[in-house]
This record gives sequence, C-alpha cells and structure tokens, in this order.
Amino acid sequence: MFSLDLSFYNWELFTSYILKGLLFSVQLTIIATVGGIVFGTALALMRLSGRSALVYLATFYVNTMRSIPLVMVILWFFLLIPMLIGRPIGADLSATITFIAFEAAFFSEIVRAGIQSVPRGQGFAAEALGMTYGQNMRFIILPQAFRNMIPVFMTQTIILFQDTSLVYAIGAYDLLKGFEIAGKNYGRPIETYILAAFTYFIICFSLSKIVRKIQSKVAIIR
Amino acid sequence: MSLDLGVFCKGTLDGEVVDHCFSALFRLGQNADPSYLDWLMKAWGWTLAVAGLSLIIAITLGALMGTLRTLPANIGMNKALVRLSTMWVELFRNIPILVQVFLWYHVIPAFILPLKALPSYWLVSIALGFFTSARIAEQVRAGIQALPSGQRMAATALGLTTFQSYRYVILPMALRIVIPPLTSECMNLVKNSSVAFAVSVPELTLFAMQAQEETSRGVEIYLAVTFLYALSAFTVNRVMALIEKKTRIPGFIAASGDVGLAH
Repeated sequence: MFSLDLSFYNWELFTSYILKGLLFSVQLTIIATVGGIVFGTALALMRLSGRSALVYLATFYVNTMRSIPLVMVILWFFLLIPMLIGRPIGADLSATITFIAFEAAFFSEIVRAGIQSVPRGQGFAAEALGMTYGQNMRFIILPQAFRNMIPVFMTQTIILFQDTSLVYAIGAYDLLKGFEIAGKNYGRPIETYILAAFTYFIICFSLSKIVRKIQSKVAIIR
Repeated sequence: MSLDLGVFCKGTLDGEVVDHCFSALFRLGQNADPSYLDWLMKAWGWTLAVAGLSLIIAITLGALMGTLRTLPANIGMNKALVRLSTMWVELFRNIPILVQVFLWYHVIPAFILPLKALPSYWLVSIALGFFTSARIAEQVRAGIQALPSGQRMAATALGLTTFQSYRYVILPMALRIVIPPLTSECMNLVKNSSVAFAVSVPELTLFAMQAQEETSRGVEIYLAVTFLYALSAFTVNRVMALIEKKTRIPGFIAASGDVGLAH
C-alpha cells in the first residue's frame, strides 16, 4: 500500500512551479472569456441579422467549432497559425488565440439565446420610438439580454477554466503542467496529481457556489 | 498549398508507398507493412471503443445518481443517498477531465493495487465514464423535477412504494424527457474521448500527433481525424434521434429545449 507524503509541498515549491502555471491558466481564462464574449456577440448578431450570407457564415463557424474535440482545435491552430504567418509561434500565444476562437462559438450560442429571451415587444417599441438598429441593440436589447445571461456566462467560464488544462497537448505551461513538472522534479508524481485535482476542485467548486448565489439575484423580475 | 492524400497509402515503417492502401488491415496488400490508412482506421476503432465503454458506464451511473438526488428525504437512508449522489456530482464535475484521467492512470492504481493490471484503455474509460456520469446525473435530475408533482402524488396514492413509483411512474417519463440533453452529452463524450491521448491510448488524437510528426503532412492527417470525429458524433446524434422516435409515447410531448453547452 502506498503512503502519502505531502511534506514536500511548501511555499517555495508553490512559488517556483505552481504560481506561474496558475497565473497562465487564470490569464487564459480571462482573455478567452472577454474575447469570446466580444466575438461571440458579433457571431450571434450575424446569425440573427437575417442576411443569408452572414447567417450562413456564422452558423458554419459555430457548428464546425462545436463538432470538433477541443484538443483537435488546439492542435489545428498550433499547426495552421505558423503556416499562415510563416514563422513559429509559442504554445502560450497559440493557446490564447485558440481559446478565444473556440469560446466565441460557445458564447455566441449563449448570447443568441439571451437575445431571443428578450420579449419581442421591446425591440418593436424601440423601433417605434425611431431608434436605429445600433441604438436598439445598444440601449434596449443587449443590456437586458446580458443581464439574463450572466449566470450562464459564469458557468461557461468555469467550464473554460477546466478546459484550459487541455493545452497539455501542445505543452504550454499551465496549472496542471506546473504540478506535473514539480512532481517530476521532486520525485512525487502521485502526490502532485492529487494536489492538482484538489486545487482545481476548490477553485471550480467555490466559483460554482458563487454563481448559484448570483443567479438568484440578477434575474429580472417582470 | 495543396493537399496530398497519398500520405495515407504510405507504409508507416519506411514511408514508401505500399501496394494497397489498406495493406495490413484487410490483408489486401502483398507486403504486410501497415499504411497510415490502416493506422488511422485502427485509431478510429480505439476512439469508438473508449467512447463506447465510457458511454455505458456514464449512462448507468448517471441515471442512478440523478435518480438518487431526487429521492424524498423523509427517512435517514434516503437522506444519506441524496447526500452521496450530490457529493458524487460535485466531485466529478469540478475537476478537469484531463486531471481525472491522470488520477485514474497514475494515482488510484497506487492505492487499489488490482487496478494496476488494467490496461490504460479501461482506466481512461472509467475516468471518462465517471466524469460524464456527473453531467448526465444533472440532466436526469432536471428531467425528474420537470415532471408535474401530481405524478409522484398519484403513485403514492395508489399505494406504490418509493421504488415502485420510480420504476413504473417517474422514470419511464423522465428518461424520455432527458433524451435530447442526453444526446448532446453523448456527443460530448465522443469528443472528450480525445483526452485518452495523454495516457498513450492509440486513438485518433494520438495518431494525429504522431503521424503529423512522422510525415509532416499535418493538414491531411488532421483533416481525416477531424472528419472521423465529426462523423462519429453525427452517428451518435442520429442513433439517439432514432431512439427518441422509437420510444415516444403518442399523446405525450417530450419537451426539453435545454441544450447542453458543456464540451
């Protein structure tokens, strides 16, 4: 029977191996969330625009991203970006671009559902007041839609944080990689995998508790 | 840039063109050197095997845990079961799948020695199955809670025990309701099986990485692999649509527009 020994896990190990990875994972999550929401909103507006070329393009993009495993998307971008720009690109930057592009597809579905959850009368009323399409979206539809979407956005962000561990496939230095390297250097792989699981669990579990709290507060009462 | 699909007819040992693209798999060629196409097909087989085994584990445990979460907490036994299933869902939902795969491959066999004898294919399938079971449990719970409470009350009024009311009244309805969200979970499972590359199961993603390195024809290799993933997920989608159609009860509309966004 194997016996656990966690005494090697101290502040020095944390700052020299784990912190770098944790910061990268958090940074990747935040950038991909912000980028994903911006591009996802654009995709959602394209899909709801009613112009067939835009609708077709956005639908094709979203469906393609959603039907490929994320690991394959990460590999694809890592292969294609250097081909397109003609020079090699680091795993970190490649991962960042990949996650923005990938999350845009998922966030666009959330935004689309959010926009459709706003009663149609709101849009008609804005039109009747003489608002342009831009004003209508900016002042009437999107503020209400985003408010409805906040809990789903946050849930998706927690999933995204978990998914960032898949940058393992191209060897970027994230939280999981930090634990793995520490485990190899200290000869304690089993303990570090347990610590990795524990760290991810604490972060994701607390975040999902917070989401549940917020969920009950932000709902618009009609 | 042009595509060169000839790469699939090259032997994996020496890189020379073999005399039949399926040289080894169906013993069609004169020499027995496997081609990249053979390798691709075998890798697809591994992907389907991992997805299939974990699907069985995920649906069984997911349906069980989802049901347990809805038990009426009136006696101590039920309270314990509700708590157990809630912990199950929270545990397997909040750890990334790749970390769970490493746990099953590196950590758990060190504590449960018989698991050391299991091949990595089994360990990955257990990891994927448990991970997905937490998501399916949530769908099943939502499905059961979506039923009008009169159903449960009617079952109680008829004198059915808790087990009987689940077996004959609640589950037959709830399981039909969850088929649409279950479909997207099953498709996610096919896609998530790609993490098996991390513990050297020779499935599609590992094939993609290794063959890309050997041949430098990454685009062709990745296209083939991506196509096979999409084809597998699409097949799952159609099979589930067929099951939904076959099990539909006329007069009841199984309505649940909840599209799973997890991936």
